[in-house]
Amino acid sequence: MGLHRHAGLWLLGSAMLLCCVSPLKAELKNSQHESHSNSNITGISIVTLKWEHVKAPYLVAVWILVCFLCKLVIEANHHVTSIIPESALLICAGFILGGIIWGADHQQTFSLTPVVFFYYLLPSIIVDSGYHMPNKLFFSNLGAILVHAIIGTCWNAATLGLSLWGCQKGGAMGDLDIGLLQYLLFGSLIAAVDPVAVLAVFEQVHVNDVLFILVFGESLLNDGVTVVLFNVFDAFVTLGGAQIDAVEIIKGIISFFVVAFGGSLLGMVFGILMCFLTRCTKNIEIIEPGFIFVVGYLSYLTAEMLSLSAILSCVFCGVCCQKYINANMNENSVKTVKYVMKVLANGSETMIFVFLGISAIDKTIWVWNTGFILLTLLFIFVYRFIGVFLLTWPLNRYRLVPLEFIDQLIMGFGGLRGAVAYGLAVMMDEKKIKEKNLMVSTTLIVVFFTVIIQGILMKPVVTWLKVKRATLHDLTLIEKVQNRVFDHMLVAVEDISGQIGHNYFRDKWKNFEEKWMMWMLMKPSARKTQDHVFSVFHQLNLKDAVEYVTEGERSGSLEFIRNDSVLIDFKKKLGDDMLDAMPDVTADTSFDQGIMLPFRRDPVPSVSLEMHEQTMNGLREMEDLNSHHLLQEHLYKGRKQHRHRFSRNHLSINTDEDEVQEIFQRTMRKRLESFKSAKMGMALPKTISKHTKKEQQKTPNGKNRISVDEDYEFSEADSASGYDPSFTYRAGGGIENPAFMADLDPVVPLQIPPWLAEAELDSGGVAPSQRAQTRPPLTAGDLRRLAPLRISTQSTDSFMMADIPDAEQRRDSFDLPPPPPPPPKDGYHQ
Amino acid sequence: PVSAAHLLRLHERFDFLDKDGRGHLRPEDFEEIRELTENPIGGRIIAAFFPPEKERLDFPSFVRILAHFRPIGKNRSRDRAQPEQANSRTGKLKFAFELYDQDRDGKISREELLQVLRAMLGLQVTEEQLRSIAERAVQEADIDGDGAISFDEFKKVKKKEPQGLKPAEKTNFCHVWFLRSHWRKWTWSTR
Repeated sequence: MGLHRHAGLWLLGSAMLLCCVSPLKAELKNSQHESHSNSNITGISIVTLKWEHVKAPYLVAVWILVCFLCKLVIEANHHVTSIIPESALLICAGFILGGIIWGADHQQTFSLTPVVFFYYLLPSIIVDSGYHMPNKLFFSNLGAILVHAIIGTCWNAATLGLSLWGCQKGGAMGDLDIGLLQYLLFGSLIAAVDPVAVLAVFEQVHVNDVLFILVFGESLLNDGVTVVLFNVFDAFVTLGGAQIDAVEIIKGIISFFVVAFGGSLLGMVFGILMCFLTRCTKNIEIIEPGFIFVVGYLSYLTAEMLSLSAILSCVFCGVCCQKYINANMNENSVKTVKYVMKVLANGSETMIFVFLGISAIDKTIWVWNTGFILLTLLFIFVYRFIGVFLLTWPLNRYRLVPLEFIDQLIMGFGGLRGAVAYGLAVMMDEKKIKEKNLMVSTTLIVVFFTVIIQGILMKPVVTWLKVKRATLHDLTLIEKVQNRVFDHMLVAVEDISGQIGHNYFRDKWKNFEEKWMMWMLMKPSARKTQDHVFSVFHQLNLKDAVEYVTEGERSGSLEFIRNDSVLIDFKKKLGDDMLDAMPDVTADTSFDQGIMLPFRRDPVPSVSLEMHEQTMNGLREMEDLNSHHLLQEHLYKGRKQHRHRFSRNHLSINTDEDEVQEIFQRTMRKRLESFKSAKMGMALPKTISKHTKKEQQKTPNGKNRISVDEDYEFSEADSASGYDPSFTYRAGGGIENPAFMADLDPVVPLQIPPWLAEAELDSGGVAPSQRAQTRPPLTAGDLRRLAPLRISTQSTDSFMMADIPDAEQRRDSFDLPPPPPPPPKDGYHQ
Repeated sequence: PVSAAHLLRLHERFDFLDKDGRGHLRPEDFEEIRELTENPIGGRIIAAFFPPEKERLDFPSFVRILAHFRPIGKNRSRDRAQPEQANSRTGKLKFAFELYDQDRDGKISREELLQVLRAMLGLQVTEEQLRSIAERAVQEADIDGDGAISFDEFKKVKKKEPQGLKPAEKTNFCHVWFLRSHWRKWTWSTR
């Protein structure tokens, strides 16, 4: 490793940057002379070239830069990456770089060494995978993942080893000095599906979540398994065939389990440690994210030190802690962790692929044996499919959601091998295994074949299998709407009928978690925001506050004057009514707006509708386009479509959060309205829920069934009943927290959904439900729990109570005699 | 062929939802499912479980309604005795149709569609836009020109759907596919 060579390579790096490859040779020669002459100068020089001092870090930095530039160039061509996966292109870039180095040096100076790979590049990827693992999906499919990862990997290793051995006995590949154990060793190193390769390919092919998590989870866990298997067989090979007896085999099996489960446990311990750490980093928020990386890396190294499975340790460390540390750390730290992890993982992935390509350009490792290589390829491919089918068959009998045949095919086809196999192959001891080079080159070929060929074919295969003959045909508006309705419907029915049978254990676990884990691992302040409903409510309040400010700024505008006076009048009345009924809510203008907006009658609509009916075609098409666009943009998505997905390249910011909030808000508002109307139903025989009224009033053409007069009557009645003291008081406490009414209030029977109210219109009135009649009215005791959730200030005492929505407690408090009602808040009445 | 295991599982779920152990469900039991509050048409779906003017749902009815979502299984031929099953395509469509058709007059009027749209579209869409979308949508499906979508017209719209998929909308096509994969095991029959 002489100086001149590195200087040359360093220049080569810069030459790559400048993209001037052709004059490379000449330049190299010059530079060599120059550097030699530099080092020969004696005496004081003003500037010296201290290449040796910075050599190692400099090379690392330059190589990282070169790899990133490769990725930059590749990603610039979208039409190429849409056909050929990025990983394949990166490998090809590696070939080119390797060729250049080979041309310059006539020797491969750089290749992927196991140390670099296992200690520097791989951990970042594994930490990232664990930390960003879609937990719910992962754990609900854990059984299948484990079966595929453990048994599947063993199956692959055993069958491949045995078949190759059999073929050699049969004389299919000439004279090779490989014993059965060595074949098994080879089989075990090449058995595992590689997470890096799999993710790189599956990310671009959008398959369904279950399939994705199966392939991805399997690839993550079976890396651990394959390393363990490799070590066991390596030990066997060292021992030699003669000394292996039953005891040794049993010891091997035991060590397999110890290594795998010990690694997982160690990871969990580190995860918990991480949670504790982030619990007390309040004062050093700036280096908070650093803890995550250091502890994550330590979990990897520690497991490696204890000869446990480092990969499993790292994965479980991330999986365990993600929820708690995300809650503990402040928002900026969470973001930082996410982004830095993506940067590291994506960078490592890029470098791994590039270096895989570079490593291949090395004459010294290439040993060709057609029979061995082709048979390996064939067996890997075939046994992967057989293994998937064999294992899925019994699994499907227990899964509520069986894996379909097509999914299994894709799973089989997704068996990409990657850098882990190569790293292990290089790690083999040449003294013990004579044919190491053959195995290394075969491994490389397998990796290239699976990543490049299968990677390229993956997309067409997926499209071909999933949608047979996808004919392009524009969906009509109604179809779009209906598809979405179906989505929502199915999601809802799934929710109602309960999901896939894990409920019992999930509930148990959830209870345990809420009781102990949260208490132990989370900051008290973080704990309360964990409640989903609360967090949504909190965010809604924030939004409302913002809207309130903007509304205040806008209030001087002409907004109100444009509405006709009738509406303003009406609005006033409604406003009054609302002030009575829910003093706090009216404070946030969003609610106000929400109610008001639909009332604000557009002066145009009737005109524009006529236009619709008699337009010329051009205009209509424009309208169509607009409508399609609108639908595309604004239709709420079914939950399925925006589940978290793991992606190393795209850090998805959860955009649906807004949507969820919006829907939530609307649902609650509707319930609130129907709640009110149900209340009204007792005082007033004929009540129509605001909701339906609103809609009917809005209808543009002459179909209005309800005249404006009725609106008046309605609103008057509304406000009249609003003055009913008992009602006012109750509503004042309860209604302002629509978010909690459904979950906490035992008075929910009072809520009659608008549609029901509408349906019952025909029958003359809303009959208050049985329970509403028999149960005592909402008491102050109940309301106190809800109180902290409104914007007004309340004692923290009740806050804690609201924190634990417990059914038992609820019922108890209900049976208690109602505490004396607090004095009505007069200030709110006007 | 009633699968006891599945009935049992459903019964567990039923008991879980029925917190007070009354032996029947009420709309508010459904409303306590948190996910449903995030479903824009959750309310309609809850309503669909309850026959008009009733607020109780006993277990047989619960199963009967969920039976709509059974997959159209391979054993269909065996049940030839009952020509119209709840889980047939028509049955499923009927269920969806009734989600729209709130006044149960057998037609989806423009207003009814508008209500659904309003529930499903983001708040930033204006009323005017909503109305024009509803207008267009009804026109697309309305064959006999009465300004409303009857069930027959509704069926025809859906019939086009399976082959009319762009690759990007593959996930949308879950209506058939999703049902099959997720509900294959649910092979109880209606009683």
